[in-house]
Amino acid sequence: MTTATEAAPIPKFGDEEETDRKLVIICSKGSLDMAYPGLVLANAALGEGIETHLFFTFWGFDMITEKTMDHLKFSPLGNPATHMPNFVMGLPGMTSFATHMMKSQIEGLDLPEVREFLELITDAGGHLWACRMSADMMHLEQKDLYDRVEGIINASDFIEIAEGAQTLFI
Amino acid sequence: MTTATIAGAEVQVNDEGFLTDPTEWTEEIAKQLAENIGIELTDRHWEMIRFIREDYAANGVTPGTRRVQAAGGFTTKEQFTLFPKKPQKKSAYIAGVPKPAGCV
Repeated sequence: MTTATEAAPIPKFGDEEETDRKLVIICSKGSLDMAYPGLVLANAALGEGIETHLFFTFWGFDMITEKTMDHLKFSPLGNPATHMPNFVMGLPGMTSFATHMMKSQIEGLDLPEVREFLELITDAGGHLWACRMSADMMHLEQKDLYDRVEGIINASDFIEIAEGAQTLFI
Repeated sequence: MTTATIAGAEVQVNDEGFLTDPTEWTEEIAKQLAENIGIELTDRHWEMIRFIREDYAANGVTPGTRRVQAAGGFTTKEQFTLFPKKPQKKSAYIAGVPKPAGCV
């Protein structure tokens, strides 16, 4: 035999150490492009066995409101990353066009749409919370929200949930 | 990359212990890998492992949670039950395929 044979290493999946790592993501934006970072990270964290909570506030409500969650839009106006002049991006129909383009890219990458993503996240054990103040401002109640939202909670409830968590504001 | 002996067979593994050549995989190896990480393989585990291997062989990439659900018929919840906490990485390890490369 010419090759040395060693004992195979065993991957560390972190089962032995009881981790209390916890991730809280505050979703405050309602545009299509800003919905995805939080969803992707939440899903990844859950796949790593990390307790994950999503808190939807202000425009982020559009991600969990039944009426809007399937129709998020991407506006290219004032966004230098589109590499297009603003006078073009401000033309009528440009938002629909850009939204359409982005949706086909999302689909091309085999990414789920917002509703399906939230379904995956909750199936994986993630928690969805809605902000009380935003609900009051927008005259929304639990029945207007995606049915997997666990509750409409106030700021101090949220602070309690976020105890010891790494918190991301998106 | 290292040559290691798993369940009596000589195979190539990476630094973490994942098989680097899926064709070297055998069911005996899978049993040993599962034991290494404390998973007792049931019929359903085997079905999911076979799906992952077939899908990898067909597409050249390890299927993610969503594909295992949509194309394989194992709901996300079930995946987390079968391979607790880290279903993608644990199932890939036992199935002898690389960790999923995609984000979803």
